[in-house]
Amino acid sequence: MKHLKNVVTLKLDEEKCIGCGLCSTVCPHEVFSIVDKKAYIIDLDACMECGACAGNCPIGALSVDSGVGCASGIINGLLNGSGECCCDKGGTCA
Amino acid sequence: MTDCCCKKPCAPKREPWMTGDVETPVGKVPTIGTRLTLRDELGALKVRFAIGRNNYTIEPGLYAIGEPTPESPVFVSANYKLSFDHLRCALGGTDGWVLVLDTKGINVWCAAGKGTFGTAEIVNRVQQTKIDQIVSHRKLIVPQLGAPGVSAPEVAKQSGFGVLYGPVRAEDLPKFLAAEFKATPEMRRVRFTLRDRIAVIPVELVIWFKQALGLAIALALLSGISRNGYSLANAPHAFVLVFTAWLTGGAVVPLLLPWIPARAFSLKGLWVGLMLWIVLGSANLLGASPLTELGWGLILVSVVSFMALNFTGTSTYTSMSGVKKEMKIAIPIQLIAAISGTVLIIIGGLR
Repeated sequence: MKHLKNVVTLKLDEEKCIGCGLCSTVCPHEVFSIVDKKAYIIDLDACMECGACAGNCPIGALSVDSGVGCASGIINGLLNGSGECCCDKGGTCA
Repeated sequence: MTDCCCKKPCAPKREPWMTGDVETPVGKVPTIGTRLTLRDELGALKVRFAIGRNNYTIEPGLYAIGEPTPESPVFVSANYKLSFDHLRCALGGTDGWVLVLDTKGINVWCAAGKGTFGTAEIVNRVQQTKIDQIVSHRKLIVPQLGAPGVSAPEVAKQSGFGVLYGPVRAEDLPKFLAAEFKATPEMRRVRFTLRDRIAVIPVELVIWFKQALGLAIALALLSGISRNGYSLANAPHAFVLVFTAWLTGGAVVPLLLPWIPARAFSLKGLWVGLMLWIVLGSANLLGASPLTELGWGLILVSVVSFMALNFTGTSTYTSMSGVKKEMKIAIPIQLIAAISGTVLIIIGGLR
């Protein structure tokens, strides 16, 4: 299952990458592949912008405009600035 | 719960799932059972129906599982009892320590998205529980879905404990431990199986019940206007239609999600809403006049499409950029459809 194409904000600076592989470890959707001590984005459209890779990258080679991919969260954010997501009220997401 | 009014240190509150204590250099740590009781199962069932879901919490802190030694692994978890129960259930037969973070009763993944399951709380909880005096190693097993809130390099720097990301699902922990802390790609992957989707349907329906009821009442009242005066004869019809749309958006869409054409959730909802329109329309269930029929059709489609769009928050694979993009297009159309539908129902009644 995949959402919209060509919208994801994930960016990898392959020059900087030291190939530690942590991005590929934390990614829940197999967006990365590590080949010869370098990370590559192999499935950009599968990215859900959770931010796990960017937050764990030890040298800041990754950037992503992360946030909850949740319509109610975005609506609530616009209405009252809280950005509360449906799952914040207790967690339907697994 | 430690009572702040106590003069002397109070013992943590005894919970039914605690089985005893283990002695450690920094005091007693409660042991927890690894078998779920009927009470735990009923508790899980209740939150699956969104009953008391905001208060299904346990006390943050350190717990022991089995007969842990200083060499035993440390598992980090959230203080949402459903998450905690999954973990202790999966760890049956294992000796270890469970470090429960204060995530305000929210599950690991959602709390990580907000940062409450995160670097700062891990560092804080490590210091508070003095776990460095209990274990001889310096490793924490953090669930992979906690990673959006955690920076492994930062945790190491600030607490002295290295982070090992465990599998996505607690049930894979025994295999992860047996493989010497290695997770297979399969264990690292989040899915959204039919079973997962069925499990979230009750919560979807409960969450939307109030809105559906409000809409049903409003439309029931509006559909009573006619040339010959006001009557509530059509009210039950309005209720049945709105709640059919509610059931379709909250149950049929999640159930059939991967098989409905289109990637955008609002479009998936549109297709299912149109199907509903066709089915009810061809059975002559949408009203007496063509205007009323058209009005109800538009209402059905907008409700189902809007609920489907909101299911992005429950789904496990949509990005913020993607959801924003589809919202910008879908919400204005859904609004126009719903308003035109309502106007048509009123005009249909007046003719």
